[in-house]
Amino acid sequence: MGHGQQCGFDLMSIPSGSAWIDKSASGMARYNLFRGVNWGRLGVIAVPGLWLGIFFFIPFLVVFKISLSESAIAVPPYSAMLEWDLEEAYATFKLNFGNYIYLFEDTFYLDAYISSVKIASVSTLITLIVGFPIAYLIARSKPSMRVVLLSLVILPFWTSFLLRVYAWMGFLKKNGIVNEFLLSTGIIDQPLIMLQTDFAVYIGIVYTYLPFMILPLYTALEKMDLTLLEAAEDLGSRPYQSFFLVTLPLAVPGIIAGCLLVFIPAVGEFVIPSLLGGSDTLMIGRVLWDEFFLNRDWPMASAVAIVMLVVLVLPVMLIRNAQGKEEVHS
Amino acid sequence: MTSSQLNELSTSTVANVAEVPLWKQDGAEPFLKIENVTKMFGEFTAVDNISLDIYKNELFCLLGGSGSGKSTLLRILAGFESASSGRIIIDGVDMAGIQPWKRPVNMMFQSYALFPHLSVADNVAFGLRREGVARGEVKQRVAQMLDMVQLGALGKRKPNQLSGGQRQRVALARSLIKRPKLLLLDEPLGALDKKLREETQFELINIQEELGVTFVVVTHDQEEAMTLATRIGVMNNGVIVQTAEPHVVYEYPNSRFVAEFVGSVNLFEGKVVEDLPDSVRIRSKEAGVELFVNHGISCAPNQTVHMAIRPEKIKISRNKPEQTENCIQGIIEDIAYMGSLSVFKVRLANGKDVRVTQPNFVRDMGARFTWHEQVYLSWDMDSSVVLTS
Repeated sequence: MGHGQQCGFDLMSIPSGSAWIDKSASGMARYNLFRGVNWGRLGVIAVPGLWLGIFFFIPFLVVFKISLSESAIAVPPYSAMLEWDLEEAYATFKLNFGNYIYLFEDTFYLDAYISSVKIASVSTLITLIVGFPIAYLIARSKPSMRVVLLSLVILPFWTSFLLRVYAWMGFLKKNGIVNEFLLSTGIIDQPLIMLQTDFAVYIGIVYTYLPFMILPLYTALEKMDLTLLEAAEDLGSRPYQSFFLVTLPLAVPGIIAGCLLVFIPAVGEFVIPSLLGGSDTLMIGRVLWDEFFLNRDWPMASAVAIVMLVVLVLPVMLIRNAQGKEEVHS
Repeated sequence: MTSSQLNELSTSTVANVAEVPLWKQDGAEPFLKIENVTKMFGEFTAVDNISLDIYKNELFCLLGGSGSGKSTLLRILAGFESASSGRIIIDGVDMAGIQPWKRPVNMMFQSYALFPHLSVADNVAFGLRREGVARGEVKQRVAQMLDMVQLGALGKRKPNQLSGGQRQRVALARSLIKRPKLLLLDEPLGALDKKLREETQFELINIQEELGVTFVVVTHDQEEAMTLATRIGVMNNGVIVQTAEPHVVYEYPNSRFVAEFVGSVNLFEGKVVEDLPDSVRIRSKEAGVELFVNHGISCAPNQTVHMAIRPEKIKISRNKPEQTENCIQGIIEDIAYMGSLSVFKVRLANGKDVRVTQPNFVRDMGARFTWHEQVYLSWDMDSSVVLTS
């Protein structure tokens, strides 16, 4: 959140020592409070800062505010936080924590959170296992080949995400392509039920988020100095040992980045579980949707969203931040 | 000049027979034997039928420019490249088909190739751990090795927290920890500044003498090769042009390439007019006079040859010297003052420039030669070399 960076002086850019005194002695500049401000730098930071402020932080506060109100039959469908009674000169300020309490009382929500984390974690792990060899292959191929392979990885983005998920429905349904093929070859004699199962959700998430895993892994593997592997071999390490002792540790930043890029959106995923998953596939994104659009309980839905942000995303961001600082130190 | 004459030249300084280096002893068994090694990359021949014997405790320098094949040869020794043909025998064992991790060889990489995710101590310990050496011994040997390269206090640091010179010593420690029979060093001092280089050069020699490891060093820096090496192999286009002790390579280059690559040299083209067993007379248009050299060469009469003379072997004087042989006249065109010595560019009447260096004996600038001064250049007849190739 960059909103805090718009104000304040940039201490580093205040000229120090004699230059400062020489110049200010000649006029009133000494009394100008804005003298140390680096306007150019401030301007550059202000743009993304404003963007984040208007489109992220303020909406977040609005959602937070709604989560503290009560559901009501009104437009918008929740109670006001501040009510004025002008005749009695009386104002009421109401904060309703009921939504949050209910969230922890009904195990349905907890189950949904746990199930989301489980599905997202397993998908992230599968994405990592599938993505690593692909990223490794791309990073170790000829530079001209890398461009081709990377564009193949990115190519699916040229069609809509929704269309691609629908395409998977065509693949996985009872009389879909996969079943037709397996039946015709005689491997199975009954069509497999794949659509509307957790299996389909895993396929959907792994398929959709695979590029987000491959790209950071590729970046980490590509910048690795290959003479390190020769050095390892020279010191008596066999190729498979070199992989675990050198390649893998050096790919850790890429692994972390890839896992976060897959895990965070996968936790809140709504489209994939509702199109490919069954009625019993419980994910927090779906719960959120249902609260908003089926129950029209905006305050409850907001509370679900806020808790998801605080419980799932925030710790991950904090860990990442701490790692970033550690890297800066070393 | 024949090899027996060369032998005489270099052994004459060694009084004790026991100190005669191995490469001059008949029948001495080489420690590393390179036999007719060729390496092709597609159509390109990187190493062209090289045969070379390197003896125990030698510090052998492969000296050459970029693309001369020196690094490729080193990588073949380490096992990272396989020779297209030929054999590598280390301590009596044919290295054919032996993988890098099984060779009794360690390499110090040009870029140092330190593992960035491991501490200095872990980097050094890497080789021992792969061997399965016991924990206690690893710890003790790593500490000992770090002390030797004067990095005892920095074991916990990561490579990116070290200076260039410190990294270089970590790389050296890491390559020495397994006590290899043969240590390969690829441009070991390339990334260091001049002062640090000089210090490390002597450190390297000390370590080499202390541990008794055979070193093969690849470098493009002739000064580095001169200081370090017991012998130098000068490489060009995948071929070793000359193999000899540093002073022989410098004083008796066997070709124009070697003469020009190692140090600076003045070359005078000419035709042999008189070829006696112990002297040669050359008529050179470039020099403008007849040149006289007091060693024999084997060449056809009227063959075009080059006489090479090093800048520091030319005497420069205002008055005509007494000698009549090898004396030419010219005008000082340019002077470069370098502190300890001055470099003069003297232009002869026919336009040829001759490079002369002279130590700055006196401090008074007034007493020195100055621009456009007419001077005589002369040299002894045993100071120059006749090159036929």
